[in-house]
Formats: sequence, C-alpha cells, structure tokens
Amino acid sequence: MSWMAWTPITAVFFSCIILMLIGMGIWQTVSPTVPRRGFLPLTTTRGDRLFISLLGAAYIHLGWMAFTDAALWIASIIALFWLIIVMRWG
Amino acid sequence: MNKITNNKAWFLVLPVFFIVAISAIIPLMTVVNYSVQDIFDPQTRFFVGTEWFEQVLADRRLHDALIRQIIYTLSVLLIEVPLGIAVALTLPRKGWGVSASMVLLALPLLIPWNVVGTIWQIFGRADIGLGGYVINMLGIDYNYAQNPMDAWITVLVMDVWHWTSLIVLLCYAGLRSIPDAYYQAAKIDGASNWAVFRFIQLPKMQSVLVIGVLLRFMDSFMIYTEPFVLTGGGPGTATTFLSQFLVTIAVGQFDLGPAAAFSLIYFLIILLVCWVFYTVVMNAGKREEQ
Repeated sequence: MSWMAWTPITAVFFSCIILMLIGMGIWQTVSPTVPRRGFLPLTTTRGDRLFISLLGAAYIHLGWMAFTDAALWIASIIALFWLIIVMRWG
Repeated sequence: MNKITNNKAWFLVLPVFFIVAISAIIPLMTVVNYSVQDIFDPQTRFFVGTEWFEQVLADRRLHDALIRQIIYTLSVLLIEVPLGIAVALTLPRKGWGVSASMVLLALPLLIPWNVVGTIWQIFGRADIGLGGYVINMLGIDYNYAQNPMDAWITVLVMDVWHWTSLIVLLCYAGLRSIPDAYYQAAKIDGASNWAVFRFIQLPKMQSVLVIGVLLRFMDSFMIYTEPFVLTGGGPGTATTFLSQFLVTIAVGQFDLGPAAAFSLIYFLIILLVCWVFYTVVMNAGKREEQ
C-alpha cells in the first residue's frame, strides 16, 4: 500500500467516509428511509441528503480557500452546520 | 404494502464493485493522498496540508483554462444541440434513405479521437489541406497555427463534425417513438409546423436530449486528444483546455501535488454538474410517469 502514499490525515478522512457509509447502511436496515421534500427543491432520501451535504462541504472548503485567508477550520465548522441543516431540514 | 426484499442479489454486484474499486476508487484515494503532500519519490514525501489547493485555486493559468473550457463547452452545446435537432427533423422516415443516412451519420462517431485530430490538422492546413487551401483561396486569411480565432473555430468545427451525429441519432430515436396518431390529431386541429415541433416533438425528445446534453457536456468538458493533436493547445495557450493544462502540470512538469489538487477540483466540478443532470433526468422521468 505504500504506493498510495497514505498520510494519517487522509486515512482518518477516508475512514470517516467509510464509517458514514456503513452507518447509513445500518440505519437504512433498522429504519428504511422515506423520500421527503424539505427546503431543497427536490424530493430526497437520506442518502441523497448525505451526498448533497458532502458535496456542499467540499465546495465550502474550496470556496473558503479561494476567497479568504482565514483559518480552514472555520470552513469545516460551516460545513458541519451545512451537513446538519441538510440532513435535518433538506 | 408487504414487498418482499431479497438482498442476496447484492452479491451479484460484487464483481462490478471490485472493478470500480480497482479502476476508480483506489486511484481516487491515491490522488487525494497526493494532493496534500510534496512528493519527490515514494520514500521522500512531506505533508503540506492544503497548500497545493490554495496554490492551484490562485493560479491565473487555471482560471484562464477554466474560462476557456466553459466557453468551449457552452459553444459546443449551443451549436450541436440545435443543429442535431434540426438534422434529425429533416431525416427521412422510411425507405432506403433511413439506412443510408444512419450509416453516414455514424461514420464520424466511429473514428478514434486522435485520428479525428489528425484529419482536421491536415484538412485545415493552408499549404496542403483541402479546407485551409480553399478558405485562403477565397481571400480569407486563415491559419489555425498562428491565429487564435482560427484555432478556436477549427477546434469547434472539428467537435461539431465529430459529435453532432450523436445528438442527431438520439433525437431521431426520440422522434421515431412518436405514434402517428399524434401527428394526425395535430393535422385535424390545423396545428402549424412550429406548434407540432413545440408541443409534440420537443416534449417527446426531452429525455433523450437530456442524455445527449449530459454526454456532450462531459465529453467536451474533459476533451483532450483532439485539440492536443490539432493545435497542441496553441497558438500560445489559446486552445489549452483544462485536461491539457492538467497534463502539462502532472506529466510535463511532474508536479504531482498541484496536479492532484487540480484533478480533485476538476472532479468536483464534473461531479456537481453530472449530479444536477442526473437529478433532472430522474425527475423528468417521474413527471412523465405521473
């Protein structure tokens, strides 16, 4: 695996993603998702909302790096709020 | 509703999962790893955090390449989609003309990208190329190797020549699926040609058109081979699009970190647009069912 040039931070990052997917899988078996419509202009399932929030989080970080010099962890907090808002009310 | 779900079928998906994992997911993970490190060789590498992302996002050459790419993709879509619809509408509906036109239309689609580039490179040359020679003979000063505008027009015309057929074939398939009864009803109502197009043909073509636009968007947004062979991204950087810029960083300068960061940004743009298109297609399908 050395050719993949792993670093501790990227390993944690991917572990989180994998754990999220496993968690979503278990959640789905325990209580299957019901498609619903929140503030987003489309009907979404739980998985759709997770995808939207992760994609949004990536763009929030990129936008932060492109337009400000402030610390990146502020963007991470914004992204976390975005994730909670989309998952709950999206 | 007591629907029995049998999840054993998921095991049949495993081979595909492994293929995708090896061909896409693991390389993508590697790119993410590369994007946060300064790599000299496999043993000598340093963690640099988000430095490459900041560098790439502030790079003027990237902004220029992105703007060129967006203009190029929009031009391709704006030319190919209406042209494709127009050609599909004029194609014969029965007789020997159908097969003849299908074969003729499919020909450009069968030619490999690098060959298309070579064909147009020679065709457009002012000294030995038929196209370039004729244009110059008409008194128009045309040289795609020196004039950026000429290079742009040549790259665009090449793409239109290569890919409009795809839109034509998709639209033609959509048009053929309209039952004759619709046209008869329109005739009885005295509908004009425009009304027939607007209220019968266009709605029936909608779903294939979305697929066509999606395919053309992705292909033209990731275009590499044809402009590379035709103009090499020149003159200067006039026709250097995103993927060619990426190759220059990754293979030309061997800056793996910035190239990886740039690839991820490129990937995110494509992912976002594809997701939007996918959602639109799925919602359009649902609306039709209703």
